[in-house]
Amino acid sequence: MNGLFERKYIIQGIFIAVAVIITARLFYLQVVDDSYLLSANNNVLRKMIIYPARGVILDRNGEVLVQNEPVYDLLVTPREVKNIDTALLCELVGIDMEGFKRRMEKARSYSPYKASQFEKQIPATAYAKLQEHLYKFRGFYVQNRTVRSYPDSIAAQFLGYIQEVNDRDIERSNGFYRPGDYIGASGVESAYEELLRGQRGVKNVMVDVFNRPQGVFADGKYDTLAVAGEGLVSSLDRDLQLLAEKLMHNKIGSVVAIEPSTGEILTFVSSPSYDPNMMVGRERGNNYMKLLHDPYKPMFIRPIQAQYPPGSVFKVVAALIAQQAGVINANTVFHCPGGYRYGGGRAFMRCTHVDGSIPLVPAIQRSCNTYFGYTYARMIDHRGMPSAKAYEHWREAVMKFGIGHPLGIDLPGEKSGLLPSADYYTKRYGNTKWGSSFNISLSIGQGEMGITPLQMANIMAIVANRGFYYRPHLIKAIGEKKIIKPEFTERISAGVDPAYYEPVIEGLSRAVNMPGGTAYSVRIADIEMCGKTGTAQNPHGENHAVFFAFAPRENPKIAIAVFVENAGYGGTWAGPIASMLVEKYLKDTITLPKYIQDRIYNANLLPKLKTTEKKAPDTAGSTQKQASVNRAESNKEENVAFVHHSAVVNRFRHE
Amino acid sequence: MSNPNRNRLFGGHVDWFTVLLWLLLCIIGWFNIHAAVFDPEYPGLFSMNTNYGKQSIYIFSAMIIALAILIVDAKFYSSAAPLLYALTIVLLVVVLAVGRNVGGNQSWIPMGNFRLQPSEFAKLATCLLLARYLSTQSNKTPTFRNLLVGASIALLPVVLVLLQRDTGSALVFFSLVFVFYREGYISGQWMLIGGLSILLFVLTLAFNQWPIIIALAIVTGFGIYIFRKRRKVIASLAVLFVIAATYVFCVEFVYQNVLQPHQRTRIDVVLGKIDDPRGEGYNLNQSIIAIGSGQFWGKGYLQGTQTKFNFVPEQSTDFIFCTIGEEWGFVGCMVIIGIYLTLLLRIVNIAERQRTAFARIYAYGVACILFFHFAINIGMTIGIVPIIGIPLPFLSYGGSSLWSFTILLFIMLKFDSNRKGIV
Repeated sequence: MNGLFERKYIIQGIFIAVAVIITARLFYLQVVDDSYLLSANNNVLRKMIIYPARGVILDRNGEVLVQNEPVYDLLVTPREVKNIDTALLCELVGIDMEGFKRRMEKARSYSPYKASQFEKQIPATAYAKLQEHLYKFRGFYVQNRTVRSYPDSIAAQFLGYIQEVNDRDIERSNGFYRPGDYIGASGVESAYEELLRGQRGVKNVMVDVFNRPQGVFADGKYDTLAVAGEGLVSSLDRDLQLLAEKLMHNKIGSVVAIEPSTGEILTFVSSPSYDPNMMVGRERGNNYMKLLHDPYKPMFIRPIQAQYPPGSVFKVVAALIAQQAGVINANTVFHCPGGYRYGGGRAFMRCTHVDGSIPLVPAIQRSCNTYFGYTYARMIDHRGMPSAKAYEHWREAVMKFGIGHPLGIDLPGEKSGLLPSADYYTKRYGNTKWGSSFNISLSIGQGEMGITPLQMANIMAIVANRGFYYRPHLIKAIGEKKIIKPEFTERISAGVDPAYYEPVIEGLSRAVNMPGGTAYSVRIADIEMCGKTGTAQNPHGENHAVFFAFAPRENPKIAIAVFVENAGYGGTWAGPIASMLVEKYLKDTITLPKYIQDRIYNANLLPKLKTTEKKAPDTAGSTQKQASVNRAESNKEENVAFVHHSAVVNRFRHE
Repeated sequence: MSNPNRNRLFGGHVDWFTVLLWLLLCIIGWFNIHAAVFDPEYPGLFSMNTNYGKQSIYIFSAMIIALAILIVDAKFYSSAAPLLYALTIVLLVVVLAVGRNVGGNQSWIPMGNFRLQPSEFAKLATCLLLARYLSTQSNKTPTFRNLLVGASIALLPVVLVLLQRDTGSALVFFSLVFVFYREGYISGQWMLIGGLSILLFVLTLAFNQWPIIIALAIVTGFGIYIFRKRRKVIASLAVLFVIAATYVFCVEFVYQNVLQPHQRTRIDVVLGKIDDPRGEGYNLNQSIIAIGSGQFWGKGYLQGTQTKFNFVPEQSTDFIFCTIGEEWGFVGCMVIIGIYLTLLLRIVNIAERQRTAFARIYAYGVACILFFHFAINIGMTIGIVPIIGIPLPFLSYGGSSLWSFTILLFIMLKFDSNRKGIV
């Protein structure tokens, strides 16, 4: 061989050198750098969130009020989207090109690498078609979840609704919620959110390069199961609720019925109501705005948020606390010349009748203003203490009946009503020398006093129980174990001895069951219902019709308050509604003459809208902010329903 | 080989060790092709329509071809070399006319169910003819004229393959430069200059021209300072600097103005100048992820998610090494690299033990071609060379490639088994 033979080693050396370079690079990639395993896993692993079924809500007899229905959310990971048939996708999802771009932009702004919602709640039918083509749309995934469904379309304000979480919810939840999650936003859904929502599960699924699922990762070793939300048994009676909503159709107002022995709310109507199914599905946004802009304010939860001067029902309270304070007793007689003269004879609070000498029971029965004017004067002016202090005693006793503070119902947004403190009057009159004549309208539940329909029903429950109540509540049992919240089993005393209730109950019974009683026309055969009609002053128009009652007299089963706004006299509208509900609940029949029933079903007592009141809601520009403004406005309006007592006085004087 | 009688077969001493390495690579290839196209939904399915089904036919027929080659008289290959070469040249021209476009290259001739890739066989024919031509000149001093003729033999197919836009296959022929080096047509200095210019080329593309020029200037300045007493050296250093600088400018010019944008992008991706994991860099990125995620021991056979779920494109052909890297890890890669390196070194040793220049030169050609495929294919999957679509010998799926490499190797083995018979 020649000297060129040596070149063999050079060549072999080059071969070895290249092999070493490759080895070094492989060592770096495979042994030193760990990130590639992660990248490979990111390629194939999809963390699928398994949404738990939200808890089902039943009525007190086990009828379903809210259940779940499957829908499908389309998610997108923007960075993975490449060369897709946008037109086909738009068609399948039912959106236009503009909508596609907008959704992609939104998803990209959340994260280009993480999946976020593209289109939500695609119904099962549309999903079937979409799924066939899904492999063509790289970067898109479907996640199924359930939405709420309301078989009877009732109790919207009671049950409330769920909505997508906003940034604030996410922040407050310490990361529990993620964009696209749903959270209870009102009603029971909101109050029992923690119980209803359940626990999310995670499933690690492998996908191939076309994003087609390829089975479970590591035999599900890293998967967690979703835990369904707790089921709730509500206190509501579905049939009674259905009837009440039917009766309240085309009327503004509330119906609240309570089982006195437990505080369970049997009926909770806020009218006008809406179909809770409107707050579900893809039309939800539009429906929501529609409801927000509805001039009759269906989103306003009247039973706990509307506040009215209590009127007659307060006379019941006044009679009870006066007896307890010892300023009157069952035999106390006042003289009614057709009104109560006060302020040294300068002012006069008119009574509807001229009763002459009248004792307590008929005073309740006939709702004698004069009687309670005197009673109030005794409570404030003749207790041997400064009237401001006497007033505070009086106020304390009144508050024990649930007036002027929230009752603590298991619903968000409960209003406290209104019951001013002594300081308020001291401040208003500049000194402490004021007396009963300065706020005499309080004696008959007018003036600076406001209660919610719930509070009124609760007063009836107290009377029915002869002295105590259980906190009114909507959920009577939680979950499999039928747990009841301890605060709902606590017996709360109204501070008046049971014996003092009898004359009051007698008066209420007579109002219904004695010929000539204000509610004689709505009495129920075989049931001794104790109740009264009432009228809540409305400075804006027709007065609100009120009826409150409990039944039967012995061992009462139901306490009820009915408000029909702008309906005028209570006996005409509120009375029959309450009567029908009570009879339905106790005897499962209605004996009230058919023509009265029809009159109520068919009545439209919605006030005529003032055309100048509000601009037509423009849906395009409506925003959350506007919505909240509207909400605030509506509250304000309701607050205006309080009548200043001087106005009442003036009204009586000029009449 | 300790027992000559045991190895007497096919009229000579077959190097069974090389045959064993060949068989090992084929079998490893089959298993990894199976893993690459494995569909977890139908794990038990064996079908002749799948790649691994076809590959088993290719391997079987490759064995028959290997047997046939060992039976045919060795003289045939040297005498038939010009004819074979002419034939492949004709085929390369034909493929330009009737070729089917597969993956951007117009390099396949459809033949029924089967496609023939003439460029695979062009390597063999070129090797044979080059060996024959250079061997006729081997007793004389190498001349520049001989080098030119030899180079033309190698460059003619390069031009034709380039016309098919199959850049990868065309580049393979440049690996024959080692043959010329071994036979003394190119000196070590020129090899070094060539190597350095490639280095300079890559550096220029990686860092742009100016930093390289400045670096060169500093090196030159340093050299001038050291050799400041010797004017001659200073002069040559200055000349060298001017040449190098000019070269760098030329490279930059070619890169900016001659290369197609997509070629530029590919180079940029490898050099890490652009990070584009979803676009041009997708193949490379997924390939590196596959190999890197195998870690030390690998994910296990059929457990590679990157390959199983088709994240790596061309995973049974050009990117078969990804499957190995992912499922067998660093250990598996070392085994493969070890087998290749053993094979390459063995071939060089076989070449050097040949008595005829023809057999030696041919064997070197085989080594060069296999080396180039090995280095470039694995290099591209791990991101140290641009993505050039050439197969990994014996491992990649494909009949043309397996057969042509088998023929290439077994002709060499035939010469080797006969080395004592031919004087």
